[in-house]
Amino acid sequence: MYDKLFPPKQMKLSNGKVVSEKRSRTPLILLIIGIAIIVSVRFTGFEFSVLLNRGKEFFVIIGDMIPPKWEYISSIWKPLLDTIKMSLLGSLIGAVFAIPLAVLASSNIIKSNIVVAIAKIVLSILRTLPTLVTALVATFIFGLGTMAGTIAIFLFTLAYVGKLLYEQIESVDMGAFEAMESAGMTRVQAFRYAVFPQVLPNYLSTSLFCFEGNVRYAAILGYVGAGGIGLILDEGLSWRDYSSVGMILLVLIITVYLIEQVSEYFRKKLV
Amino acid sequence: MLKVEDKLMEEPRNYRYILIMTTILVLLFYWSLSAVSLEDMEESGLSIAGNILKGIVTPDLGLLFDFTETGVMYLLVETMAIAFLGTIIGACLAIPLAFLSASNVVPKSVSIITRLVLIVIRTIPGLVYGLMFLRVTGTGAFAGVLTVAVLSIGMLAKLFVDAIEDLDTSVFESMTSIGCTTFEKIRYGIIPQLFSMFLSIMIYRFDMNLRDASVLGLVGAGGIGAPLLFAMQSYRWNEVGSILIGLVALILIIELLSNRLRRRLVRGF
Repeated sequence: MYDKLFPPKQMKLSNGKVVSEKRSRTPLILLIIGIAIIVSVRFTGFEFSVLLNRGKEFFVIIGDMIPPKWEYISSIWKPLLDTIKMSLLGSLIGAVFAIPLAVLASSNIIKSNIVVAIAKIVLSILRTLPTLVTALVATFIFGLGTMAGTIAIFLFTLAYVGKLLYEQIESVDMGAFEAMESAGMTRVQAFRYAVFPQVLPNYLSTSLFCFEGNVRYAAILGYVGAGGIGLILDEGLSWRDYSSVGMILLVLIITVYLIEQVSEYFRKKLV
Repeated sequence: MLKVEDKLMEEPRNYRYILIMTTILVLLFYWSLSAVSLEDMEESGLSIAGNILKGIVTPDLGLLFDFTETGVMYLLVETMAIAFLGTIIGACLAIPLAFLSASNVVPKSVSIITRLVLIVIRTIPGLVYGLMFLRVTGTGAFAGVLTVAVLSIGMLAKLFVDAIEDLDTSVFESMTSIGCTTFEKIRYGIIPQLFSMFLSIMIYRFDMNLRDASVLGLVGAGGIGAPLLFAMQSYRWNEVGSILIGLVALILIIELLSNRLRRRLVRGF
């Protein structure tokens, strides 16, 4: 279609041969992006003048955060530990439960198409729901507190690790599996000795990576009442107590950084 | 047979390492168990769970296909607009930062400092940015755009840096040897290598921004989050159902499209 509107450029080489070069798609892409930007600006009421006039307000808030209120740290510890506990527990249980679901969703292990399709749909729906929305729903069912946050993180980890794991399992070399089956092992045994060792390092690495991200997610879950550091963060922001907010953010940044470093060290070791 | 067994025994054993790691994990597990308790669970919890399920199964179809300003369709388009504009602005901000933190472009000290700045930007939770930008622009989608933009800087810059550091530098050498100017080197040596990579990264991030944008409404920064929160707080589960269905469908469709586009981009047109 595009090639018909803009015919390929013809070039005659010195030996008389004619070669054609397809026209670049770049102008078309840029045009589409341009139109999309204009439409989006209309929809969102984006105005540069507001940004120029009031943009400094943002930096005023950041200025208020510095210096952070050091004495506030005593009331940060408990919510911070709650956040870490939530993400740790949610990630651990989620990663464990992801294994059976991922096996059910891999088309090379399970022969029934219906089971595979259902497992895949469940995984993608769970993955699509934003964690904060899951947490919000969970607070209605399990009450306010860390329980709701743990459930939200559990569901997200289940879906995320599950998806990456079944992709791994599906791309595994099936030769060993078939050989073991033909040597008389049951399918479960063959899976344990042929497929499991191949996907294990990647599975552990994905779970660690997910845990890393979950600490960051867990930090905001308090906003909907699901416990953790988000609670005091929300409090500080709504009372405009920015120096406390600065302290919370500082502690959070250091914690996340440390967890990232530890997890990165182990992930490098695994792969 | 014996030979096989000998080979097997030669394999390094790290039982002790595995044992220690497992113990640490189990201890951490016990420690974190205190985060969950079913005591807080209200008795109405189960009935609410039932109601939510019922609401999702029987969604408010009128609301779902409503194209006016309060309908799900309009809100979804607004959420998409927030995510899109946020991605574009975020990319514009991330590109200079990425070049400043690429170790093959700038001196080591500059790149370390920029990386630290990026870590700080990345770690601050989105809702905090959202609440801060609300003070700048007032409630509405505009604050959402700015929040999404700042949120995406961290990851975009990180992936851009990887692309920049993977640049094939032998191209420049051959271009220098045939006498290209700096401008020509950038135009024909760098841009073709980076353009499709950057585009692919941006599409990936757009996909993620869509999720973030849908959540930002919870703080009043536009998009579909606010109506979702209101519907939940007033226990109108049919509306919750239709909003959730719309959101999940949109995110799945966008994910499918973006995966397909990215695959084409990586393979080249």
